Amino acid sequence: MLDKSPSRPDQIPNRAGVGYKAQHLDGILKDPETIGWLEIHAENYMGDGGRPIAQLKHLSEVFPISCHGVGLSIGAEGPLDQDHLARLKHLVDWLEPGLFSEHLAWSTHDSHFLNDLLPLPYTMTNAARVAEHVDQVQGVLGRKMLLENPSTYVTFAESDMAETDFLKEVASRTGCGLLLDVNNVFVTATNQNFAPNDYIDAFPLDLVGEIHLGGHEEDADDTGATLLIDSHSREVVDPVWALYEYTLARSGPRPTLIEWDNDIPEWGVLAEEARQADVILARQDARVIA
Amino acid sequence: MSVGQAEFASALLDPKQATPAGLIDPEGHPAGKRFDVYRNNVVFSLLDAMETAFPVVHKLVGAEFFRAMAGFFVRKHPPKTPLLMFYGEDFPEFLAGFKPAQKLGYLPDVARLELARRTSYHAADCTAISPDTLGKISPATLMQTHFSLAPAMHLLSSQYPIASIWEFNMIDSAAKPIPGDQTVLITRPKLDLDMQVISPATGTFLQSLQSGHCLSGAHDAATHTEPDFDLTAAISLLLAHELIVKTG
Repeated sequence: MLDKSPSRPDQIPNRAGVGYKAQHLDGILKDPETIGWLEIHAENYMGDGGRPIAQLKHLSEVFPISCHGVGLSIGAEGPLDQDHLARLKHLVDWLEPGLFSEHLAWSTHDSHFLNDLLPLPYTMTNAARVAEHVDQVQGVLGRKMLLENPSTYVTFAESDMAETDFLKEVASRTGCGLLLDVNNVFVTATNQNFAPNDYIDAFPLDLVGEIHLGGHEEDADDTGATLLIDSHSREVVDPVWALYEYTLARSGPRPTLIEWDNDIPEWGVLAEEARQADVILARQDARVIA
Repeated sequence: MSVGQAEFASALLDPKQATPAGLIDPEGHPAGKRFDVYRNNVVFSLLDAMETAFPVVHKLVGAEFFRAMAGFFVRKHPPKTPLLMFYGEDFPEFLAGFKPAQKLGYLPDVARLELARRTSYHAADCTAISPDTLGKISPATLMQTHFSLAPAMHLLSSQYPIASIWEFNMIDSAAKPIPGDQTVLITRPKLDLDMQVISPATGTFLQSLQSGHCLSGAHDAATHTEPDFDLTAAISLLLAHELIVKTG
């Protein structure tokens, strides 16, 4: 029923894309050149049919689509939910997205889905378990996945590895790629009190298949220290744009997604964020050519 | 000190529990408010999902009451899968047992209606058989025919006027509900939902077909409810709403 037309776009270009929201459909289709690609949340398209899937099928004929999972719970202590993995395989099989990514986080415990990206201690034992889960996902889907660095608010006393080393370890055990969320780097660096540029310097940028940018909110912890919350509810802030440019100067151009999931603005506001990312990407391209 | 995910998860859903001791800030202080970010993310995101899922219940009880009530619900019944579009299947039963809402006896059935609409919205697509195809079957054979009905079809019956309550709260021009029971048929011929009030006998007829009885059996069941049940009108309804997917 969901045949793929032969002329469909597949590859995710080194351009700006946006997280797809149904309320932006008209704006997106009116001027499709504004963005290079779209990203969808896998779980929103795991119903059996109806309008969401019909819309996605149509969009996939116009845009390259990247598929981003938010519910696989790869960082869980327990085994992966095989039913959920099967649903994901069904989606990825018919959609054939240009990229598939998930998070270094957990969200399911004891068959309860907690609907947040929860943190895990960075230890070699956990790296081995996460790598097993990534292996399983890649095995079932029959393709490489990208694993995304999280925003974190707490530190585990038992962690004895840097996040960048943890990600390198998982990638080297599984051959997976990485999704570098530059806003998450900025949020986590502020919350964990380290320099975001050092994180980028330590990150295996050659493994990065996609970059995320988004907005965050500012709060404070019990001691009065700044606590940033990864809210995806506003524009990308200037220091994150600067960190993005710092990253691209070292990685070269990468497909870049603007994420905006809460307090969703009119299409024009999101399109402007995408344009800004495209300007920086173009500047990078010019540098590479020069 | 190691923090297991069981401990983490249980503290997330219970604000009275202390923050797990192995969670700290970068200076080594207890995580405190930092852990509350996760607590808030979990509860608020689920409350938002409930608000999106049950807009009429939300309107009927008001925003403040809804968030407080749904707060109890999401902690007691967190989702069992990451498919949040189906979250809340335990909500009608929860509402039935929720003492502060007992006065609004229709709430559980209104929640059932909202759930059914959502399930129908995401149900599998199908192609209905045409009136011509059905017309080619001889009347005698037709009476012995079993029908597979559209997966998006849902039937509800309530002692309350639930379809009217839904419309009154969601559609500006809708009339005020009149007390009385209603049998409601939800269909989704293409991508858009359709909801209509049908007679109890038509409800019995469709239910009977859905549970696998042949046309004659469904007709018998319907005449039991309403002696002069109009079978021709019922077949027209099946065709008009593109409900017959397969005969056999």
